[in-house]
Amino acid sequence: MVTAEQRYIGQAMKRKEDPRFLTGRGTYVDDLALPGMVYAAMVRSPYAHARIKSIDISRARQAPGVIAVYTGEEMQRDGVGPLPCGLLLPDMKLPPHYAIARDRVRHVGEIVAVVIADDRYRAEDAAELVEVEYEPLPSVADARKAMEPGAPLVHDDAPGNLCFRWALGDKAATDAAFSQASRTVRLELVNQRLIPNAIEPRAALAHYDPVRDEYTLWVTSQNPHVHRLLMAAFVLGIPEHKLRVISPDVGGGFGSKIYTYPEEVILTWATRKLGRPVKWSAKRSESFISDRQGRDHYSVAELALDAGGRVQALRVHTVANIGAYVSLFGAGIPTWFYAPLLSGQYQIPQIYCESVGVFTNTVPTDAYRGAGRPEACYLIERIMEVAARELGEDPAEFRRKNFVPPDRFPYQTPVALVYDSGNYAAALDRALELADYRRLRQEQEELRRQGRYIGIGLASYVEACGYGPSKVVGAIGGQAGLWESAIVRVHATGKVSVYTGTHAHGQGHETTFAQIVADALGVTPDDVEILHGDTDQGSMGMGTYGSRSAPVGGSAIAVAARRVREKATKIAAHLLEAAEADIEFREGKFFVRGVPDRFKTFQEVALQAYLAHNLPEGVEPGLEATAFYDPQNLTFPFGTHIAVVEVDPDTGQVRLLRYIAVDDAGNVINPLVFEGQVHGGIAQGVGQALLEHALYDEEGQPISGSFMEYAVPRASHLPRFETANTVTPCPHNPLGVKGIGEAGTIAATPAVANAVLDALAPFGIRHLDIPLTPEKVWRAIRQARGEVS
Amino acid sequence: MYPPSFRYYRPTTLQEAVSLLQREPEARLLAGGHSLLPAMKLRLSSPSALVDIGRIPELKGVRRQGDGWVIGAMTTHREIEFSDLPLLPEVAARVADPPVRNRGTIGGSLAHADPGADYPAAVLALEATLRAAGPAGERTIPADQFFQGLFTTALQPGEVLTEVRLPDLGQGWGWAYEKFPHPASGYAVVGVAAVVRAEGGSVREVRIGVTGAGPAAFRATAVEQALSGRPITPEALQSATQGAFDPAEMNSDSFASAEYRAALCRVLCQRAVQRAWQRATG
Repeated sequence: MVTAEQRYIGQAMKRKEDPRFLTGRGTYVDDLALPGMVYAAMVRSPYAHARIKSIDISRARQAPGVIAVYTGEEMQRDGVGPLPCGLLLPDMKLPPHYAIARDRVRHVGEIVAVVIADDRYRAEDAAELVEVEYEPLPSVADARKAMEPGAPLVHDDAPGNLCFRWALGDKAATDAAFSQASRTVRLELVNQRLIPNAIEPRAALAHYDPVRDEYTLWVTSQNPHVHRLLMAAFVLGIPEHKLRVISPDVGGGFGSKIYTYPEEVILTWATRKLGRPVKWSAKRSESFISDRQGRDHYSVAELALDAGGRVQALRVHTVANIGAYVSLFGAGIPTWFYAPLLSGQYQIPQIYCESVGVFTNTVPTDAYRGAGRPEACYLIERIMEVAARELGEDPAEFRRKNFVPPDRFPYQTPVALVYDSGNYAAALDRALELADYRRLRQEQEELRRQGRYIGIGLASYVEACGYGPSKVVGAIGGQAGLWESAIVRVHATGKVSVYTGTHAHGQGHETTFAQIVADALGVTPDDVEILHGDTDQGSMGMGTYGSRSAPVGGSAIAVAARRVREKATKIAAHLLEAAEADIEFREGKFFVRGVPDRFKTFQEVALQAYLAHNLPEGVEPGLEATAFYDPQNLTFPFGTHIAVVEVDPDTGQVRLLRYIAVDDAGNVINPLVFEGQVHGGIAQGVGQALLEHALYDEEGQPISGSFMEYAVPRASHLPRFETANTVTPCPHNPLGVKGIGEAGTIAATPAVANAVLDALAPFGIRHLDIPLTPEKVWRAIRQARGEVS
Repeated sequence: MYPPSFRYYRPTTLQEAVSLLQREPEARLLAGGHSLLPAMKLRLSSPSALVDIGRIPELKGVRRQGDGWVIGAMTTHREIEFSDLPLLPEVAARVADPPVRNRGTIGGSLAHADPGADYPAAVLALEATLRAAGPAGERTIPADQFFQGLFTTALQPGEVLTEVRLPDLGQGWGWAYEKFPHPASGYAVVGVAAVVRAEGGSVREVRIGVTGAGPAAFRATAVEQALSGRPITPEALQSATQGAFDPAEMNSDSFASAEYRAALCRVLCQRAVQRAWQRATG
């Protein structure tokens, strides 16, 4: 086979999409307008839990510009089904979640009616006129309180508010390892609830064409094909080929734009009833109470160690707050996306994890950047840190001692996964070297003597990306296959259109995927157009999440491009009257080996493929190929991050002084895009460690309902990041890539938390829950100093 | 974001603005709009009309007058940040971010009297006076009578805040503003402005304004008294601030409890006075 040379893969090319985005000329859903378009405004529950006694729409219906007002009753009459659930666990409770609540609301922000008017302002005015009579019911927001006897029931048919009880690992063997341990470490930790906060709020525009009996839905989606399938087959009953879903430029997702949301169901249903296009864009205040939220775990973790300080077992019990309903992957995140990652970078002979999913009167939780893996990494990296301190060992060396060594790959963990490749010590060493770790520890000592509290925190992470082998996804209860598809279409002029089923909403696919194709076909990235986000435009697909675009989507493109090149080689050999085996492909030309003046350019071959005047026997005209790529395994990126912080003991304020990140996600397609992903990820991880918390009061009222209260990290909160990478290629995909979309988020939270707790160690403070806000740190210091009882 | 409908006026003279307010009693004045417009978008505020005073020339700019300064109410944070005024440039530089500072005004901020706004601490410490114009003519309000409570000032309905006047601070004076910003809103959880006059190695005069901590900005008079006539030392600051801030009088929210705010008052007060003292004696 003719192999490709690497001219563009590995180059730090500026993104092709930058001019459009940086000059404000992207096309987002809210930028679109259709003739006759009308606007929806949602009427949302102000109660966390209430019975709907009556809804009076008469005043709203008569308001100026109002075209329709709908409640759950009309949707029920039209047989609109509940929202779908994409991952089922054995014996889980799955109460129906309707787009518009029918008789009861279960969280603040749940939709009870929709007003459609000729103008968005008038729609909002009229929404205030919808009179809903509620009978407030007792409510519960905290998952552990929801499990207590006598707690208010979110769903009458889910006793104890239990959604599922699930376990992974060998309990008996784990318990046995604990009984033989020479030392155990126990840690209770909270992984607090977060709000994803994509910069572009969710939006949708639905249009029904009665002549062709076809629907078009423009929606802020990370996975338009999945949106179409779920909406068509499970919610509205539209024939799948009669629904076109288009996801144009999308301003960030972080998981929050994976799911089928009530608003787009309502719009797609209403557009047909009204015969007019209907648009809705979330106000930011709606995003805070309607976008799926992330994390929200309470865990008890225990580590068993032998006399030499080697980890023998890990036992974990996690209570996960599911929210008011089971979201699309809501049951998967605290189970299959979480427990298998608890082994971290370590050889741990036995691991047992039990996860309990609990209903509460809060916004449903689902995947948020990292999705289960940050929760696992935070847990193992915090308890490893505490263990190192209690053993009196340096945290870096304690980790190293327990690492899976490079010669043990592929490594079978006790929790289902087989790590594909890794060299953990190499990344750790690089990070220690960049940080100048030994000197840093000396400086820390000196400053402590001056009453200054510096902390150094490590996190050595491993994550699972590139979901996933479809067979495996099926075996764990996933209601989909997670392959990816691509079409590489070479035009007669040699220019290339590539259709991918992934979707870019900040990832830079238009550049990185073009680099892959350019190398495969000997053209330039400018000759390649990457097309995505339209279900009527070529390939099938499963979308973008879980850092799957490069390892799965990129691999599909690589396979399709290789097929194109193989066919082109065949045609070139025929035109050059040489044997296929004698053809050499370099710099975009097919040479006859050893005869440098006998060649055909890729463009000449493309033209001949379409002219079809002189093709080899049995070769069809045209030059394009389709690939469906189903990965053999997940990919396992890893690395070590180091945070350096200073704590002001008088105010409890934490300042992040330095941040060092060494990541290994296999081969790197574009170092600039790679680094950009790392930077954004770190920022979000720091946000969880220090700033962000989606708070509810006891009654389930959101307290952090705007950017006035909910703190996302700003540039001023962050230092200059010091980044580097090592390369341990993925052994099982054609590009050797692993995915870098979530690494920063996964590593940064434990790295920063460990650094703060390291700074607080002189006070004897063992653990504090994230976010490490100033008052929390101040109180802990005061208590430690004995200033309060 | 979609506010309910309202009428909009843009007067070009102060007189016109005052008579518009008389005609539209439910109207609100629009200055830089950085507090009012978000509240309207969230439908927390629904005025019948807005009277935009951003195009009235006499309300703009910083100028010297006699041995003091006059700051027009519609002077932006950004203009103040780059002015030669005492203390206020340091305060303005800590207000939100540059886009907000380019639009927001000192008059808008003072009249709105958000408990976390920065200027109230400074005008108290500077012993500024505020000028207001209304149907009955103009009047002067001392800063320490201006802030009356949560979002409440001495301004009467129909009055327009027109100017802030300050004395010039010459040789021997020093000042500083210490702020603990809320990481989300950027408002002061606590902000302390200190103005100190040193004479012969001792404090001749010290004035401390505190914002963010309570429903309205206030002077830390007990601390001022304890420090007067003494040199500033860490020990003096420790003892002067001991028990000076009562949690019972502090705001409390999910980010910072009253107890924590009282502790921040103490720490920031020490740091502000220390820095002001260094400036006065350095």
